[in-house]
Amino acid sequence: MNHRRRKALQTGAGLGTLGALIAAGLISPGDALAQDWKAAFETRSLQDTLKALGGTTAAESKDITITAPDIAENGAVVPVAVASAIPKTESIAILIDKNPNLLAASFMIPAGTDPNVGTRVKMGQTSNVVALVKADGKYFMASKEVKVTLGGCGG
Amino acid sequence: MADPMKIRATLQGDTVEVRVLMQHEMETGQRKDAAGKTIPAWHIQQVTATNNGKPVLSAQWGPAVSKNPFLSFKFKGGAKGDKVQITWTDNKGEKRTDEVVVS
Repeated sequence: MNHRRRKALQTGAGLGTLGALIAAGLISPGDALAQDWKAAFETRSLQDTLKALGGTTAAESKDITITAPDIAENGAVVPVAVASAIPKTESIAILIDKNPNLLAASFMIPAGTDPNVGTRVKMGQTSNVVALVKADGKYFMASKEVKVTLGGCGG
Repeated sequence: MADPMKIRATLQGDTVEVRVLMQHEMETGQRKDAAGKTIPAWHIQQVTATNNGKPVLSAQWGPAVSKNPFLSFKFKGGAKGDKVQITWTDNKGEKRTDEVVVS
């Protein structure tokens, strides 16, 4: 048996495994954080992504506005902006339905920041762009189809 | 060290609008080179923004964000002369921080 590993497990068994490991200098805080949400970026379905982000169900909402072109000529650069009018919006995630891994980006919105973010994403093919908004502990979603004439993955 | 970011922060009414253009390859890890070998993923994983030291946005990105990423967001409570600082960290642990004064 690997005794060092046993010991590490025991020390970290209580609360704050992550904290204990960081304190022990075993992993840097950056690594620990990366592990935390890395899982969400590796999911392959909407349901799994939602679960990895800590939600169970997401209700359709008309209060989320997705600004993206109807037709994107170049899938490598698709401008997407998401605005949420839901009060107490905590985070906004942008998902591309048919990409190998759905989650493209997730944004944490502290109080005082407008729940309105914009970026550019890659899209492999014509697909729905899904915005997942967490507000007051609940999840809401909206989607918009973007047609892609030239794929952004591979090539 | 990566190239500097282009950041613009402008005050409009009571809201500061920040627009950032970063310089990064954003390799997905799915493409193959001429020899058929997979090009390893290399992309920005985390972006944080602060205004005078107070966090105003943090983001986690996957490889699906476009090459040379663009980011825009707005926050309230800023004033002219405030310092907006953006930091990104990629999956190789490389970091870059740039600062701009709100105008």
